[in-house]
Amino acid sequence: MQYEPVIGLEVHVQLKTKSKLFCACSTEFGAGGNKHTCPVCLGWPGSLPVVNEAALKLAIRAGLALSCQVAERLQFDRKNYFYPDLPKAYQISQYAMPVNGKGELLIETKGSDGTVVEKKIGITRAHLEEDAGKLLHEGIPDGSLVDYNRGGIPLLEIVSEPDIRSPQEAYEYLTALKAVLQCIEVSDCDMEKGSLRCDANVSVRPTGQEKFGTKAEIKNLNSFKMVAKAIQYEIDRQTELVAGGEKVVQETRLWNDAKGVTFSMRSKEEAHDYRYFPEPDLVPFTLSKETVAAIRKTLPELPRARAKRFIRDLGLTEYDACVLVQEKRTAEFFEACVAAGAGARAASKWILNELLAILNEKNIAIEDCLVKPDALAGLIRLVEGQTINNTTAKAVLLDMAATGKAAEAIVKEKSLAQVADAGLIERAVDKALAANPASVADFKAGKQKALGALVGAVMKETQDKANPKTVNEILLKKLSS
Amino acid sequence: MDLTQLTLKEAIDLAKKDGAQPLLDAFSKRAQALNPKINAFLRFDPAKVEKNTEPGSLHGVPVSIKDNICIDGREVTCASRILAGHVAPYNATVIEKLKKAGAALFGQCNMDEFAFGSSCETSAFGPCKNPWDLTRVPGGSSGGSAAAVAADMTLAALGSDTGGSIRQPAALCGVVGLKPTYGRVSRYGLIAFGSSFDQIGPLTKTVEDAAILTNIISGHDPKDSTSASQNVPDFTQALQRDVEGLRIGLPKEYFIEGIDPEVEKSVRQAAEVYRKLGATIKTVSLPHTEHSVAVYYIVAVAEASSNLGRFDGVEYGLRVPAKDLREMYFETRDQGFGQEAKRRILLGTFVLSAGYYEAYYLKGQKVRTLIRQDFEKAFREVDVILSPTSPTPAFKIGEKTADPLAMYLSDIFTIPANHAGIPAMSVPCGFKTVPGTMGTGSGTCPAGVPGTVELPIGMQLMARPFDEASLFRAGYAFEQEVGIYKKKPKL
Repeated sequence: MQYEPVIGLEVHVQLKTKSKLFCACSTEFGAGGNKHTCPVCLGWPGSLPVVNEAALKLAIRAGLALSCQVAERLQFDRKNYFYPDLPKAYQISQYAMPVNGKGELLIETKGSDGTVVEKKIGITRAHLEEDAGKLLHEGIPDGSLVDYNRGGIPLLEIVSEPDIRSPQEAYEYLTALKAVLQCIEVSDCDMEKGSLRCDANVSVRPTGQEKFGTKAEIKNLNSFKMVAKAIQYEIDRQTELVAGGEKVVQETRLWNDAKGVTFSMRSKEEAHDYRYFPEPDLVPFTLSKETVAAIRKTLPELPRARAKRFIRDLGLTEYDACVLVQEKRTAEFFEACVAAGAGARAASKWILNELLAILNEKNIAIEDCLVKPDALAGLIRLVEGQTINNTTAKAVLLDMAATGKAAEAIVKEKSLAQVADAGLIERAVDKALAANPASVADFKAGKQKALGALVGAVMKETQDKANPKTVNEILLKKLSS
Repeated sequence: MDLTQLTLKEAIDLAKKDGAQPLLDAFSKRAQALNPKINAFLRFDPAKVEKNTEPGSLHGVPVSIKDNICIDGREVTCASRILAGHVAPYNATVIEKLKKAGAALFGQCNMDEFAFGSSCETSAFGPCKNPWDLTRVPGGSSGGSAAAVAADMTLAALGSDTGGSIRQPAALCGVVGLKPTYGRVSRYGLIAFGSSFDQIGPLTKTVEDAAILTNIISGHDPKDSTSASQNVPDFTQALQRDVEGLRIGLPKEYFIEGIDPEVEKSVRQAAEVYRKLGATIKTVSLPHTEHSVAVYYIVAVAEASSNLGRFDGVEYGLRVPAKDLREMYFETRDQGFGQEAKRRILLGTFVLSAGYYEAYYLKGQKVRTLIRQDFEKAFREVDVILSPTSPTPAFKIGEKTADPLAMYLSDIFTIPANHAGIPAMSVPCGFKTVPGTMGTGSGTCPAGVPGTVELPIGMQLMARPFDEASLFRAGYAFEQEVGIYKKKPKL
């Protein structure tokens, strides 16, 4: 029997506000222990919460970008449980009347025939809640410490429908979600800093069966890749159980990345009864249509729309367009580069294949890069005008990234301009032919590959400055004569 | 002249001329003498009463505070072991307002633990006694505030009222107690019991004094999202001794079997006084009254169970060391909370549990709406509703501790106003004479002489939301007419 997985994701993103959700404390990351706390976020007796309007607006903004039904009336609820990182013994969350109802997110996924197709992943809801503090165990001999700096920071919990059918789709969903949320500037979505967290609900069922199987919830997933890996492990584990006639237990499981396995944390019987009820300290309130409309007006072009425009108007491939729009600043850099005169396909190629590699290696953001969009356009012009060849251009780009100089200046300074002088190239070709008799013989014996070696030898002779096209022509002429 | 017998109004006038020091000295002396007997103050240190020289309207006179309202730098315990030693790191909004108005913060008043009770007997630091009969309870939960005012140990006090916790002790101690409209006074800094019921209000010797304090503590507070933005009128303007044309309703559901005949008689006589003063009296109906107590012990305890979760030994208050986290929670909460607190936490946890939420909490909220609608209908016919505050005068210490349900019924007439969020005030309206012995025990009280004691009876006035002015108008007219506020317990 064939089995198919059913996957739903719960994503928590930290909203980019200056202050916490229910008090004026700073949301700054990495401050000293309990530096950003007050009676409200510490849950001291007598303190009361007040909703941060900026957080509410960001939540609505995210809801609109995810095509959610934004609530007309919303309410906060208390989720009650005991844990030292939760100072009030309840989390103020939203249960019955979340700010954002049903929505959807489009992802790119491979169809059964291998072609790229668009797929709609439903969003169940996206609601506001406060974060908990952080427990510190390391280096503390007899107990634990609690840092409440994170306590009360606004989170948006985005719950997907169980529409995801593979680890790859889960990965694509997270990538697309991150792209949207970064694009509309509601969250940094930085998993390392904890500003994006993800739990996965996974079940399997016989292909064709409508009823869902029993699900397990997987926690402790620290990267998108880890999410995909853990889901794959879980699918395999559950399929083996079900195929062997056993039952999947409804439970919460933790991913152990070092061992590459999930293991049981608590079963359904041990699950909390959160005793949700409306937060009496915050009365339900109404959102005016005008407020929502005003927020909608400020939404930028979303990544999916931008990618479609890149394909339609600029002739990019589906793949390039999708990768470019994943990071808003990359897409902006690309557009600026095209505006500065570079061809769209060339700009895309240089950014995705070369510039991003340099940035990754240096571990810097594109906006901090010394190569500005117009400078990259300048480099592309030199390549297209055949002043330098690709190999030289890559070296020039590295130089540009290190020094911030213009491509023309570097080419001039280091005399890297391409040699188009046929006489010069001809002498280099003769030298190469004389020095590589074996390759010549191979080529004449029909081995096309030998030509590459000979071109390489000529390029070396000209210090990579020769125009490869001219080299090819002259070589072929000489070899065939 | 015994300065402690002055009303707040008279004391302010005196302090304006002579400064507040003579008053502070007189009250300190009396409180020191009487507190060992009455136990109205949990904490009272004359040396620590800060003089207040703010140019406010109170001119440095002493006001005492129920021990569930936070004062920056002072211990605040809610009369519970679990908070013993806990020092508040900030001022409640009402404290900020009182300080700005020039109040000297005096004693911190005894109460039922976390305001759970109607007798002050659940205090972890010993019960407070009724100044009219030390063998009886002062009512609760603001029993310490009421007893301190009644015994002239303070000029006035703040209490809090979730189901009658200001009005019932005010009635049992013969003082005035106002629960303002929900949202009228900021709850910021009041340690929560039932967040959708709780209101801070004054306990005073006279209606006028209550109006003075209500003026000071009322108003919108950006720190409390449930505080209302309604304008606060000057309530002393309502003190005109004029009830001509005022329509007063007697709810038939409040004159029921089980009510002390003396209490009923006293309230009906009060209605007659009003009639003579020109008010019209009519019977009204509040048909859902009978469900009030039951619904209260669902919704209020649900909120309480959640509000009290934070007392877990992690951040503040009591922590009982144990082998692991779970045990620490169990031991801390077991040793920290008294029996009534545990009962309400269990009850509240139960009604919020999965599978029971709809049947209890949600249904309770619906009944609450019906109770509110009862009042809306009644207030189309009348301006003020008059009823007994408590079905009986003060009962004996220990009389109801074994029977929680009997204890809960002490609040049967006060709880509906909390459900509806409307303002309500208790005003002394008479006395019941019972056999008893005054001044039992040692200390400064005279040796016990068997005979009779007089127990105060209170009447409750209720009005539309944010219409405290009508309560002051009606309360003041009656009080000035009958003059019983001048009667003092023999201590």
